Amino acid sequence: MAILLQFAIGLVFGFGLLLSGMSNPAKVLNFLDLRGIAAGNWDPSLAFVMAGAVAVAFTGFRLVLRRSQPLFGEKFHLPASRDLDFRILSGPAIFGIGWGLAGFCPGPALTALGFGSGAAFIFVAAMLAGMWLARFIERLPSLSRIAAPADPLET
Amino acid sequence: MIATSFTPVASLLGGALIGASAVMLMALTGRIAGVSGIAAHLLPPYQDREFAGRLAFVAGLVAAPVIVLLATARLPALTIEANAVTLVLAGFLTGFGSVWGNGCTSGHGVCGISRLSLRSLVATITFMATGFATVFVMRHWG
Repeated sequence: MAILLQFAIGLVFGFGLLLSGMSNPAKVLNFLDLRGIAAGNWDPSLAFVMAGAVAVAFTGFRLVLRRSQPLFGEKFHLPASRDLDFRILSGPAIFGIGWGLAGFCPGPALTALGFGSGAAFIFVAAMLAGMWLARFIERLPSLSRIAAPADPLET
Repeated sequence: MIATSFTPVASLLGGALIGASAVMLMALTGRIAGVSGIAAHLLPPYQDREFAGRLAFVAGLVAAPVIVLLATARLPALTIEANAVTLVLAGFLTGFGSVWGNGCTSGHGVCGISRLSLRSLVATITFMATGFATVFVMRHWG
């Protein structure tokens, strides 16, 4: 039952990406291209996606977290870290470069797989390799001296 | 570049669906709907027993356009301008950076900001900034 519901929740997320236009990398890149403001072809849609998503999630999280526990689980897994450290700057900086190169972030890339897109397949394969490498490096014992281990709950 | 039209209503409603999905995942499993974290934990090493649930969520993401196609006999636009070499580099940096920074557009951008997390706000401003800079270099440099 929980598995079917999680499939349905993934579907709703995917429908949101499709309806909002964010499954289309061209639309994302036309938001990230700030020269478009002066040129008159800027596409501000992404800001509206964020506004809609945050408005619903801000309100919804507040209601849901009043409960003592989730429907299928013992507790709510909320990130506890508040440190503004090396990783919280370097990770997103690298992520943003990849995002700007192709216009794909992980959710839309996975949804684009369902279009049968070969380009999305290439992107997702490389993305999984990058994810694997980051998880490999963060487990190296010598690394704990320069960067704290990630909080697995945040993502 | 390929021009796209500004779609305020569809984007606001689509965003609301994404937010609703994140709220439902929290209500159901108690987890943050961060796509990068969910996808990364489909790879070894496995630290908990929630593999099947994560796989089901990702399967839903992938199935969404298939269901739209079956229901409406058409698909929204998918325009990918990057060539294969750029896609490999972009995918690798996106994957590495999202795990290294503990989240992506969904985990930090949507869920983190909704929880009023300063870390997620800093992360979101940072990836927006490097995203803007990268597109500027790719499209307008030289």
